[in-house]
Amino acid sequence: MDLILLAEQILNGLQFGIMLFLMAAGLTLIFGVMGLINLAHGSLYMIGAFCAAAVAGWTGSFTLGLIAALAGAAAAGALIELVVIRRLYDKDHLDQVLATFALILIASEGTRWVFGSFPLFLDIPEALSGPVMLPGGIQYPLYRLALIGAGLGVAAGLFLLIARTRIGIQIRAGENDREMIAALGVDIDRLYTFVFALGAALAGLAGALVGAIQSVQVGMGEPVLILAFVVIVIGGIGSIKGALVGALLVGLTDTLGKIALPGLFGLFLDPAQATQVGSALASMAIYVLMAMVLIWRPTGLYGVRA
Amino acid sequence: MTLIKTLMAGTAMAMALAGAAAAEVKVGMITTLSGGGAGLGIDVRDGFMLAVEMSGRDDLEVVIEDDQRKPDIAVQLADKMVQSEKVDVLTGIIWSNLAMAVVPSVTAQGKFYLSPNAGPSALAGRGCHENYFNVAWQNDSLHEGGGAYANEAGYTNSFILAPNYPAGQDALTGYKRTYEGDLAGEIYTKLGQTDYAAEIAQIRASGADSVYFFLPGGMGISFLKQYADSGVDIPVIGPAFSFDQGILQAVGDAALGVRNTSQWSKDLDNAANVAFVAAFQEKYDRLPSLYASQGYDTANLLISAMEMADVSDPDAFRAALKAANFDSTRGEFTFGPNNHPIHTIYVREVIKEGDVLTNKIVGPALVAHSDVYSVDCKM
Repeated sequence: MDLILLAEQILNGLQFGIMLFLMAAGLTLIFGVMGLINLAHGSLYMIGAFCAAAVAGWTGSFTLGLIAALAGAAAAGALIELVVIRRLYDKDHLDQVLATFALILIASEGTRWVFGSFPLFLDIPEALSGPVMLPGGIQYPLYRLALIGAGLGVAAGLFLLIARTRIGIQIRAGENDREMIAALGVDIDRLYTFVFALGAALAGLAGALVGAIQSVQVGMGEPVLILAFVVIVIGGIGSIKGALVGALLVGLTDTLGKIALPGLFGLFLDPAQATQVGSALASMAIYVLMAMVLIWRPTGLYGVRA
Repeated sequence: MTLIKTLMAGTAMAMALAGAAAAEVKVGMITTLSGGGAGLGIDVRDGFMLAVEMSGRDDLEVVIEDDQRKPDIAVQLADKMVQSEKVDVLTGIIWSNLAMAVVPSVTAQGKFYLSPNAGPSALAGRGCHENYFNVAWQNDSLHEGGGAYANEAGYTNSFILAPNYPAGQDALTGYKRTYEGDLAGEIYTKLGQTDYAAEIAQIRASGADSVYFFLPGGMGISFLKQYADSGVDIPVIGPAFSFDQGILQAVGDAALGVRNTSQWSKDLDNAANVAFVAAFQEKYDRLPSLYASQGYDTANLLISAMEMADVSDPDAFRAALKAANFDSTRGEFTFGPNNHPIHTIYVREVIKEGDVLTNKIVGPALVAHSDVYSVDCKM
């Protein structure tokens, strides 16, 4: 494998990891602050992508599409929190799983009802389309570079929000002791709605950004949701830093595993068999990673709670 | 005297009953109407129901159920249709793994099964059955057409990729069966994968002169969009599933000019197809896909058999189905010894008609093509 291919694959892994981070950040915030397992997070990703595709198709502007994705997913998140999730905080995790699974079904069929069963079209904006030449002779799609940049920007913004603002202090306090901050006069209901809508908006943003290079269709969120759960388990539940590190680890492991493993088996198996065995193992690589991290640190890399 | 009268009346009543049962054919359609693969099932259903409506027959009843793309649900629905709905004919399944779960058991119970889409190799070879008719294609067929086209176009170094599941393996096997050149690389991707950056980087580094891929549905949309944006300009060939009318608009201009193989195209010039395309657009206000054409052909095959024989006489009805005495939208259509189609596989090219992306026929890739599994079929 030559160096250019390797460098390109590392960029691919970074880009994949950064998009996973946008999903995982919301999931881990919601789990950490509210103690809620939200299976419907993938539906918010889908709602973001559909809002972006619909608005971009209607106005012709990708930027307006992104704004619509943020607004639409945040609104859907706030609505879900007010109507359904609010009743689940003091229930056990099984009830939450059941209720949010129902939300997946409702969101999927609702989306199909509004937009139909056929995938929607969302294209990369003109200014960001096509490849660019990076130093070292690496040809790489500009849009994917922009995704890495946008994701890092959002990550920086989130760190500032959590570490430097009043609402960030409340969120961190809520993670530690929710009765106490309620007793100190923080409107906990409003805080929860805000955190849920924030997580939803991040998922919607990820859906819209990724929707432009993938297909915008019903059910697009669930595969990403599973990976996002792997990320927050690796990173430690409730930790934004853990989500970032976990997402990058998962992104790089998945991408590089797909390249390296079939090549490795090619050394002693015939090519057709090597690709089959190698790709089967490559799709397991992130779960092996998760298992190893959990053996080493049962609460995840940056987790504090068991 | 009274005894004879009663007997005669009884016979008449029995005949009337038999007559009523004979006049009515009940069809059970199990297809995918919800979830990610719903577009395909909806097209098959709409094509089928269009043919039923155009025939004007009121002795054909269709029960439609959604399998949600899940084998266990498909099996439950099949049991329900055979046991409580008492259907005569089953049809509708889109996915090969669901077909494998349902078809052998319903044909063993003496029901007819007409496949409007899935054609797994196991049911074409040793697992074939006299009551199982495939109206679409054997799974390998379009890929064999792809290999034949690659030879004709002068490609000698193909990079091939497909998802790692039975139909994906059938696909690459089919391509390699007819393709004569070398392979620059062969990749099995994860089923349902949406990001192909890693594979595209390998294609870029491989030095291939052509790429053949089988990625149905959303997977193909993602791959093509990312491929177009990557700056790799190696020509792409694929089967019609990734260039089908239902998803072309979502792929966008990235698909323009791509050659793909299909047994059907909306511009095939025969009377049955012209009538089908016009009627489909009229009724559903969209262009038909190849899945819709397959649903339509399936219903017309059934109707042609109903005109020749009675479903209560299975041997006659089977012979009537086997005769394939209907006007297929793909032109020439006959059944091979394993009840799979012998038909022409065409090469199509994606073009733009006004704002709408669609396909036009370039020429035949394989004429009067049948599958290789029929030699293993003992009926």
